[in-house]
Amino acid sequence: MSTLLIIAILLLGFIVVFQIAKASEYVSVLKGEKKTFEQNNRINGFLLLAFMILGLIGVYWCNELFKGRILGEAASDHGEKIDTMLYITIALTGVVFVITQILLFYFAFKYQHSEKRKAYYFPHDNRLEVLWTVVPAIALTILVGFGLFYWFKITGDPPKDATVVEVTGKQFGWVFRYPGKDKVFGKKYYKNIDEGKSNQLGLIWDDQAAHDDVVTNEALYLVVNKPVKIIINSRDVVHDLGLVHFRMKMDAVPGTPTTMWFTPKFTTAEMKEKTGNPDFEYEISCDQMCGKGHYSMKGIVKVVSAAEYALWLAKQKPNYVMVFPDKDPAAKPAVTDSTATAAVDNKKSLSN
Amino acid sequence: MSNEATLYGHSEVVTTHDVHHDEHHGHHHKETFITKYVFSQDHKMIAKQFLLTGIIWAIIGGLFSVLFRLQLGYPDQTFPILEELLGKWAAGGKIQPEFYYALVTMHGTVLVFFVLTAGLSGTFANFLIPLQIGARDMASPFMNMLSYWFFFLASIIMVSSLFVQTGPASGGWTSYPPLSALGDASEGSKAGMDLWLVAMAMFVVSTLLGGLNYVSTILNMRTKGMSMTRLPLTIWALFFTAVLGILSFPVLFSGFILLLFDRHAGTSFYLSDIFLASTQKALPNEGGSAILYQHLFWFLGHPEVYIILLPAMGMASEILSTNSRKPIFGYMAMIASLFAITVLAFLVWAHHMFVTGLNPFLGSFFVLLTLLIAVPSAIKVFNWLTTIWRGNLRFTPGMLFALGFVSLFISGGLTGIFLGNSTLDIHLHDTYFVVAHFHIVMGVASFFGMFAGIYHWFPKMYGRYLNNTLAFIHFWITLVGAYLIFWPMHYEGLAGMPRRYLDFSGWASFNQFGGLNRFISIVTMIVFAVQLLFVFNFFYSMFKGRRVTSQNPWGSNTLEWTTQINPGHGNWEGEIPEVHRWAYDYGKDGRDFISQTEPVGADESKH
Repeated sequence: MSTLLIIAILLLGFIVVFQIAKASEYVSVLKGEKKTFEQNNRINGFLLLAFMILGLIGVYWCNELFKGRILGEAASDHGEKIDTMLYITIALTGVVFVITQILLFYFAFKYQHSEKRKAYYFPHDNRLEVLWTVVPAIALTILVGFGLFYWFKITGDPPKDATVVEVTGKQFGWVFRYPGKDKVFGKKYYKNIDEGKSNQLGLIWDDQAAHDDVVTNEALYLVVNKPVKIIINSRDVVHDLGLVHFRMKMDAVPGTPTTMWFTPKFTTAEMKEKTGNPDFEYEISCDQMCGKGHYSMKGIVKVVSAAEYALWLAKQKPNYVMVFPDKDPAAKPAVTDSTATAAVDNKKSLSN
Repeated sequence: MSNEATLYGHSEVVTTHDVHHDEHHGHHHKETFITKYVFSQDHKMIAKQFLLTGIIWAIIGGLFSVLFRLQLGYPDQTFPILEELLGKWAAGGKIQPEFYYALVTMHGTVLVFFVLTAGLSGTFANFLIPLQIGARDMASPFMNMLSYWFFFLASIIMVSSLFVQTGPASGGWTSYPPLSALGDASEGSKAGMDLWLVAMAMFVVSTLLGGLNYVSTILNMRTKGMSMTRLPLTIWALFFTAVLGILSFPVLFSGFILLLFDRHAGTSFYLSDIFLASTQKALPNEGGSAILYQHLFWFLGHPEVYIILLPAMGMASEILSTNSRKPIFGYMAMIASLFAITVLAFLVWAHHMFVTGLNPFLGSFFVLLTLLIAVPSAIKVFNWLTTIWRGNLRFTPGMLFALGFVSLFISGGLTGIFLGNSTLDIHLHDTYFVVAHFHIVMGVASFFGMFAGIYHWFPKMYGRYLNNTLAFIHFWITLVGAYLIFWPMHYEGLAGMPRRYLDFSGWASFNQFGGLNRFISIVTMIVFAVQLLFVFNFFYSMFKGRRVTSQNPWGSNTLEWTTQINPGHGNWEGEIPEVHRWAYDYGKDGRDFISQTEPVGADESKH
């Protein structure tokens, strides 16, 4: 019913506007075309100026309204570089934006039609044209220079001591793999994927290196202040690993692994304090259209201290053990190192 | 360079014109309804066909955006009326995810290709090229007719894809495989995707037939005295547009053919290492590259941006100069910058792919080349500003839209400097910042160019004026609305809010913009309603508008205003006028305007 009402109101509005428009045409005939033209020209000239002034105030106001909601402090070293680059670009383009828009609308207002004025015949001026070829070229050289400087830092090789993690996108979720103690990822082949047998990445069990690989859907655990290199894969269509707080993003392409690296600066707990939000989590968003569940393809990153990380990792059962529980080395009593003991204790407490 | 001799074959009518021009005045050729309005070979009628089809598509495409803005603005509300209208796609009065993605996909496809390519350059290239260069028709009127009918066929197929049971294509207007290649990955990648691909293939054929015609007409059929450097900038822009289309659409076509092979012939051009959760099966395809498609797509996709934008630039140049009563500033620089943009357009495609795992070193070249485009763009902007500086501006609706175009081109162009810089693109890629950027610079700006063109040349098309009051309402609400819709989206993008999400309520990082999304949706609906007002004005004025009483209502220099008010097929009664000067002698030697057909006087000052 309300829809019909809205449509009726719309139609009515249309008719009213149309009648006014038609009437104004008759009025213009009565008043004389010249007079109507001059009147309309003055009104539009004034509106152009008003649009510019209100528009610039609006731009300022919009910025005041939203600046608090857009960028918290970048949570990675690369993010800081990207933010710096952002501010350089905003400053430069902002100046150009304000100047050119003011000139455009001010000229339009100032040089609106007048009987007295004759348009100035000014077809070209080489000096001016050279000026506004060279100045933008210099400005852009600066931007390209800064941009590429940061770009090569961000996309360059990660430090040798970086932790390596693998992230795989699938419709519609994320799978995380850690290489385990040997720090080597076991081989995998997509045709081995068998979700029924808990092998969601298709690990090859004949490869010894795969035996201690930890595979989890829970969260991407990272160590604070330690560089991490992420190897990104996809199991089906193109996804994109979007890490908004770290300002990082990289596509996940089936058949073609990609990588990114960065150093997280704040633990999740620190971010909870910084943002004043006790429920804060680093979110992973999928940033490449991947099907009907694209908008809900969320993952979580947990940035923790090195000690917490070691503890967490120790608690994880390798994928191999989940598939073949009888081969669980932790089930054997010979345990010497402390984190593993902790893991066993924890397992016991869980099973009790 | 008379083209009388080059017209033969289909143009008997025209020949008759030349022989008997003294006694006949345009109504001697026995045209049936079919040959005049349907299978017409008159470039002016074909232009109107493109325009009308474009308008219908624009309404459909715009309506799609209203529907998905409804979802974005009110994600937690239900609209029972939608279920009545759309059935299962809006079960329970809520737009379903599959349908949401179908809507955004079709919105993009329709507006980019069917409205802003066919509707814009199809209309104005057809209408203006012969009229402004002084030709009786296109080089091949028959091919020109085919161009429209292939477009019509493409339209029919695309419309029919909306009604298949599994829904239309829904993998985004870019249709990246593997998503678009596998029906098991998405419902929209079933029959809907095939129809989408076939429709797009027909569309490419249409564009090529049209483009070849435009280029050969401009190069060969200019009237006597119309050297290339005397052409109005509209023609230069349309010329480069056609060149871009001819060189890049075939690449898109090849990409689509390979995609069809992957879909139906078991090939692995784009497919590799895929395990689908929906069927729990691994596909046999190995060794393909999903990125290959993106290269092929964007090799067209980026020039496509300029295919859309250049005609708008050309028309804005012409309209700004005419209504400033002042020559366009830096005519040669304008041509040179169009040329530079055309060349660079082919060298920047990979800036859409900075985060696909593209080699960073290769990426750095694309950064450089992309930001280089800002130089010719800046030249154009400053030249437009200088054109209106110390002019005597008449704010006709066409002029207002041309000024709006410049404003939007500045705003949208500057954000391109953000996205073209790979460092920033890492953060901004596929966020609302991108949505804001390309909607302003390519979508709204080109629409403004198109509206400017329609308001300016409507009197030539139909011998009547559009209603001015409605035009002013249309302009002001559209300009203010466009900024209100897209400006705040930059902030959403800076916050990293991803595009192509139908509901942000599950996200702590992006859910702070609920109120803004609602605001944008409301403005969208108002702006859409005002576009309907324009459509109404268009059709009403076509039949009932104020009649044009003088041959040259805008006091313009170009040749189309030397024809009769309602020119017949063949454009000019009698001889085609000879051209003696460039198109921009406004305000020269104290004269308001000097038509291109007027010989240069002995005492005239040189410029």
